Amino acid sequence: MSFLFFFTLSFVLISAVLAVHARDLFVSTIWLGVFSLMMASNFFILDAADVAITEAAVGAGVSTVLFLSALALTGEKESGRRVYRLIPSIALLTLAVVLMIVSLDHPRLGDPSAPVHQHIAPWYLSETPVLIDIPNVVTAVLASFRGYDTLGETLVVFTAGIGVLSVLGFRPKRKAVVTAAQVSRRTVRIRDHLILRVVGKLLIPVIMLFALVVQFHGEYSPGGGFSAGALFAAAVMLYGILEGPDRSIKAMPQVIMLRLAALGASIYIFVGIFGMLLGGNFLDYGVLSSNPVAGQQLGILLIEFGVGLTVASVLTMVFNAFAGRETY
Amino acid sequence: MENELFQTLTSLLAYSCIAIGSAFIVIGGIGVLRMPEIYTRMHASSVTETAGSLFVLIGLMILSGLSLATVKLFAIALFLLFTSPVSTYALVNTALVAGQKPAVVKDQTSGASV
Repeated sequence: MSFLFFFTLSFVLISAVLAVHARDLFVSTIWLGVFSLMMASNFFILDAADVAITEAAVGAGVSTVLFLSALALTGEKESGRRVYRLIPSIALLTLAVVLMIVSLDHPRLGDPSAPVHQHIAPWYLSETPVLIDIPNVVTAVLASFRGYDTLGETLVVFTAGIGVLSVLGFRPKRKAVVTAAQVSRRTVRIRDHLILRVVGKLLIPVIMLFALVVQFHGEYSPGGGFSAGALFAAAVMLYGILEGPDRSIKAMPQVIMLRLAALGASIYIFVGIFGMLLGGNFLDYGVLSSNPVAGQQLGILLIEFGVGLTVASVLTMVFNAFAGRETY
Repeated sequence: MENELFQTLTSLLAYSCIAIGSAFIVIGGIGVLRMPEIYTRMHASSVTETAGSLFVLIGLMILSGLSLATVKLFAIALFLLFTSPVSTYALVNTALVAGQKPAVVKDQTSGASV
């Protein structure tokens, strides 16, 4: 295990350096995808399967597509000459050295006497079966014990979506007048590739089904709203790539996606407020049902649904905003 | 006794499958490094993607026996069978459309391209 861990970790480092070094931005994007995939394998080796799914879906899948659609708008070459400045280089180097020295004080990986294994982790492990009774402790921590943090993350995702829309524009631009040369340049598109379309369309329902499994089976196996939302958005992106962005915008109109993103975050908040109305604390799901354990499970299911809805619709919205713009 | 023999044979089969798959992957890797241009390189890398990964997955399936893991491995194999030839096709076709010329070796005697 340690050899494999070392291998993936060094590959993470190599791909990061190459991503920064590459002058061609497409190459850089591919290296970033490799970086994320290696990071996901790293997480998996460390038994953090939930994070690994999310990293693979978001880092290697969704963000690569977003980078590529951004590059389609800008251009593939890095502009300007590279200047190596002395003072920033020295500052960064010093910072790196300091961080390395600090990391020596870390407890060894998996050391049972490390503070994290003494203080809070045993409590989560011993109390989750009693209080919530679901096998996946990560989901219990994420959705119930640390529900405030997850609410914050969901709102951050929502805000990020709004931010991208406010930069790229809510409605796709009106079609520009296309000259004949531009048409001939654009004649070969993915829509004309029959094999790609047929196979890609076969995959879309499978990806969506997998997203639903990850969403609603998250208490029992790795997964949850974040990874499920990213997977669902990946399916929509695949459709948008295969059939053209105008089709995907038609299937998932931006206005509705915006409403759904707001709805997902609202579901989360309203579950919290509903708990307050029933006499509990904000985001205390125990009061949602007569049996506190069943109430916790119901609350987790509801807020995970809200998270999944927000993440899926925000990512779809961002992709449509990028892809819906005219590239010339 | 018979059971033991059966187990030995299956694990032998499984490990030879994994070894064959690994050999294909190494051959594909060498090919990607040594081949002159994109079309031959993609040919080499598609060997890695299809034959290499399939043999490794078959070996793992034999090793895990009749269990849920086998079903998952089968699903992965099916997924790879669908996607990797298609992605190879897409890359090579895009290269062709973008105007990448295959490296052609001129035959010295007849003057025709081979």
